[in-house]
Amino acid sequence: MAVISRGFVGRGGEVNPDLPAGQYLTADFPVLSAGPTPHIETVDWQFSIRTDEETLHTWSWDELHALPIEDINTDIHCVTRWSKLGTSWRGVSLDTLFATVKTTDKYVMARSYGGYTTNVPLADLLGGQAWIALEFDGDKLDPEHGGPARLLIPHLYFWKSAKWIHGLEMQSQDEPGFWEQNGYNMYGDPWLEQRYW
Amino acid sequence: MVEPIDGNALAGPLSDLFTFDPTTASARCAGCGDVSVLARAMVYGEPDTFVVRCANCDDVLMTIVQAPDRFCIELRGMTWLKIPR
Amino acid sequence: MTGTSEARDGRIGNWKVGVVTSIRRESASGRSITIDVPGWGGNIAGQHTDVRLTAANGYTAVRSYSVASAGVGDRIELAVDRLPTGEVSPYLVDTLREGDELELRGPLGGWFVWTPQQTESVQLIGGGSGIVPLMAMIRSHEASGSDSPFRLLYSVRTPLDAFFRAELESPSANLEVTWIFTRRAPSGCPRPAGRITAADLEAHGFPAALSPTVFVCGPTGFVETVATALVALGHEPSRVKTERFGGA
Repeated sequence: MAVISRGFVGRGGEVNPDLPAGQYLTADFPVLSAGPTPHIETVDWQFSIRTDEETLHTWSWDELHALPIEDINTDIHCVTRWSKLGTSWRGVSLDTLFATVKTTDKYVMARSYGGYTTNVPLADLLGGQAWIALEFDGDKLDPEHGGPARLLIPHLYFWKSAKWIHGLEMQSQDEPGFWEQNGYNMYGDPWLEQRYW
Repeated sequence: MVEPIDGNALAGPLSDLFTFDPTTASARCAGCGDVSVLARAMVYGEPDTFVVRCANCDDVLMTIVQAPDRFCIELRGMTWLKIPR
Repeated sequence: MTGTSEARDGRIGNWKVGVVTSIRRESASGRSITIDVPGWGGNIAGQHTDVRLTAANGYTAVRSYSVASAGVGDRIELAVDRLPTGEVSPYLVDTLREGDELELRGPLGGWFVWTPQQTESVQLIGGGSGIVPLMAMIRSHEASGSDSPFRLLYSVRTPLDAFFRAELESPSANLEVTWIFTRRAPSGCPRPAGRITAADLEAHGFPAALSPTVFVCGPTGFVETVATALVALGHEPSRVKTERFGGA
């Protein structure tokens, strides 16, 4: 039988309709990292969408900035139980990037500089739900928070918002990414507490 | 800064699973072939999840996810583990 | 080694219930906590323990802490510094009282340890609360009457931030202590305040030629800096053992 620690509340007991179950509010911006932070110069940076062996759509840093950049105000929820409400970002909508991409595949593997991967259904990247984020809170993205650019899919747990995004690969089936192979949920809806397999 | 800690930190979580001391066990990295005790590996993550990386080449040696009802352990990054007895 | 043979009995992973017998103020943010843990059975200098807190709603949080004591018996001492954004350390520093129960798992880790059978020179380098496992080694060294020469470099922000200050200001004959103050040095201290450098290690540490065993413990950045400088000074990487704390 567990010993109750007198006077210990921890980060378990908050009740707030804006918070999914099991989450606590934080004012700072904790960092969950699976490895060392890659440092990528924007002149070397490139984003791509691969639909098949032969077809690669690419954007340089400048080409990405020539596209419409949207303001995004959203809540974010990390699987390690912190949530941040009302965060502000700027970025390019995935709808804009996919406008010129033809594909029949329904699933996506996001690939990052540094080797991290995460899987997402294409439907969750479209319809104003996901962006390539370039700024957080009025400043360019720090490397530790995924800069120069990260994926932003705020309706899913934050591990899906891959830091240091490098490209998306279309796939016909939903294959697990880095954390998904190692115990995290394939989809990751915070409102359904889909943390683990 | 995202700062790793040492493999020393694995002793507690892995004591739920193994009867040996994981920090004095040595592993061979499948990426670069470096052989080292796990205490020297670099550990990233939160209290419930650990990504253990080779201190020499940064490749992933093992990952540990502690869900409420199970442990998920991946050991693909090491060719072997030697455990002192 | 004791740690591994005890681990084979399968008792290490079990949570034990300890009772806090005393709490001592080490600094504004630091406390040493003495706990009676039936079944602990003693530990080697440098080992650590996991501490588990459980809220009334069942929520639990587990963190690792180095043990400042060494030797046989069921009474242990931890020393904890409050991390401003921490979850467990603020509880241990601000809320915990004598007589409270704590769940502990350990002793853990058989690598960052010193035993009195070791006869070589030992260089200890601690930053902030990284002194804790080194203190266990110093106490084990003294209690065993070891002849092995010990040196300690202890880096703290100001004299008021030092843990175990009284004990370290009157060290035993085989221990030399050098203080490094990073923010404010006391008047009369010849070294101006500043972070530890290779020159400090060269001036006050055992030379690499003596092949000392070196234990470095502290925040990740501190350990990185020191370990890199030691190797540059010619220390064999395999003789340098490190323990990094998160959340510097």
